[in-house]
Amino acid sequence: MMASLAGQRALAADPIKLGVLEDQSGDFSLATIGKVHGIELATDEINAKGGIAGRKIDLVIYDTQSDNTRYQQFMRRVLQRDKVDVVFAGFSSASREAYRPIVDQLDGFAFYNNQYEGGVCDSHMVVTGAVPEQQFSTLIPWMMEKFGKNIYTIAADYNFGQISAEWVRNIVKKNGGKMVGEEFIPLGVSQFSQTIQNIQKAKPDILMTLLVGTAQASYYGQAAAANLKVPMGSSVNIGQGYEHKRFPPPTLANMYVTTNYIEEVDTPASKEFLARWHAKFPHEPYVNQEAENSYAALYLYKQMVERAHGSTKRSDLRAIIDQGDVCIDAPEGRMCIDPKSQHVSHTIYLAKVNDDHSISFPKVWHDIKPYWLGDSGCDLTKKDPQTQYTPSSPPPKL
Amino acid sequence: MTDLINLLYQCGDAFAFLVLSSLGLAVIFGMMGVINLAHGEFIMCGAYVTVSVTRLGVPLPFAILSGALVAGIVGIALERLVIRHLYGRPLDSIVATWGISLIATQGTLIVLGSSLPGIGTPFGSVPFGGYSYPIYRLVLIGAAVLLLVGLYILFNATRYGTVARATIQVPHMAEALGVDTRLVYSLTFGLGAALAGLTGGLYAPTMTIVPTMGATFLMEAFATVVIGGADVFIGTAPAAAALGVIKAVATSWEGQLAGQIALLVAVIAMIRILPNGVSGWLLQKRSS
Repeated sequence: MMASLAGQRALAADPIKLGVLEDQSGDFSLATIGKVHGIELATDEINAKGGIAGRKIDLVIYDTQSDNTRYQQFMRRVLQRDKVDVVFAGFSSASREAYRPIVDQLDGFAFYNNQYEGGVCDSHMVVTGAVPEQQFSTLIPWMMEKFGKNIYTIAADYNFGQISAEWVRNIVKKNGGKMVGEEFIPLGVSQFSQTIQNIQKAKPDILMTLLVGTAQASYYGQAAAANLKVPMGSSVNIGQGYEHKRFPPPTLANMYVTTNYIEEVDTPASKEFLARWHAKFPHEPYVNQEAENSYAALYLYKQMVERAHGSTKRSDLRAIIDQGDVCIDAPEGRMCIDPKSQHVSHTIYLAKVNDDHSISFPKVWHDIKPYWLGDSGCDLTKKDPQTQYTPSSPPPKL
Repeated sequence: MTDLINLLYQCGDAFAFLVLSSLGLAVIFGMMGVINLAHGEFIMCGAYVTVSVTRLGVPLPFAILSGALVAGIVGIALERLVIRHLYGRPLDSIVATWGISLIATQGTLIVLGSSLPGIGTPFGSVPFGGYSYPIYRLVLIGAAVLLLVGLYILFNATRYGTVARATIQVPHMAEALGVDTRLVYSLTFGLGAALAGLTGGLYAPTMTIVPTMGATFLMEAFATVVIGGADVFIGTAPAAAALGVIKAVATSWEGQLAGQIALLVAVIAMIRILPNGVSGWLLQKRSS
């Protein structure tokens, strides 16, 4: 009896091990170094106040080098060898889909703190990034009303770009618009002369740019050099790669992005968050959307574990999520985990890039829920299909 | 008419990218036989120097030249430290240059951070028939042609050119005739690196400046040099022209992915038909 009590006490004082798999080098590192810093900042803050339910957080960080194979290798390592309680992992959708089967197979618990194309219905995953119904259902109707109904999409040619483009197509159609072109660009392509001419030929009112990675970002400079002045909409630019800071103005003038956070967000909570951030990382070039998502994710996790009395077992945490009120006041505003899909509700800011590359926010939508998965039949409180669905292959209705 | 001009422009654009990507590699790999996987990093080096120097207020053309110069000096240093010991050992040079490439990419990331702010493309654009053509792209096409001509003169009409070709063809004979072959190797490797740096400088205003940017040039560079064969002038130039047309036509027909596939299929077909590249085939015809 005594021994087991002592054992329990020792257990309670054991640190919570948090695995972090993010790209600290390679093509994506520009956008993802801030994610690691966000987790480190939150860890410092939480540990300084005594940890989670009396347990300190121990970080186990691996650099995944923008390489999907490394995600698989390190995911096995953190779950099997390092025996972490939870993993925060992944930038590109390709990397997430590379590691997700391993998390499922080894019964791990992972946070994907990244905006993405949506559709993952898997109880082993919590997604704190924004999804298309939050980013496109707000952005596209607003832009169509302002600029016109002819839309051209250029997108990175992998699951993120393909599925996001499908969302754009559907929302454009639903709002009475017309697709005048759609083009998919292989990752790593950096020369866009032909694409620019195709756009000039199609004369769209709005250009949706869903380009990913630093090579594809070369598009914007080349389009500006060709004097292409179509208003641009995006779910990925600015919020991840802070292109408005990296390119000389007016390269990105007239771009509109819906994001749940960027450092220009002008609220007291955001300002205070940035002050703490810069105290710890004075040389951070930009605090982007994913940095805030990662920071907030740790506080969501903290709340779940504390409400589960210090347990990090997935079934215990699921029971807490099922109660439907895991919410925190994040730097962006309030965010809550949706029990059906384990995605997060967000404040969505419409960021406009001005001619001098300053940012203004013509509109803010509060508490936009990640409704699509839940509405179309994903209900993790009842069934765990561990599948990624798309608008053209939605989950079966329950 | 407009369509024809568009196609010509696209072919020229693809041609310029292929020529500029591959010129440095044509010297280092095509002529010297060193399989240089760090080629992209010489390009990256040129781009970084160009952008940094431009930010100091130096006019762009001089900034580009300084990018080439720095890449050339780095190339000479690397040749003395590493490459020199690996002549005639192509497999070892693959591993060594790959290592150099990894160190350069990661080192740049650690020292200079994940990206440099861009410098913007100069000169604006000319409108024509509903389209607009960036003038800087035409400058790139011109630069590609000028460089080809310049290299031709350098290798065929100067003493260095004669000595370099002699050294690379029969090194011991050249040495016996009093040529300092070690110096020639060094200079030639440095020339290849400088050409790569020049490419980086020329493309710097049009691209995102990140440590991994060299990788986007590598595939095109090797494709062109493998097709071209050992001779820079009768190999690289016609190979780049042919591949440029193939890539531009496929891209305008069916998009970027088709362009890349067409390029690689063309390379596979060409290596099957002409294992020694265009120049090998031409030289064989000439000698038979």
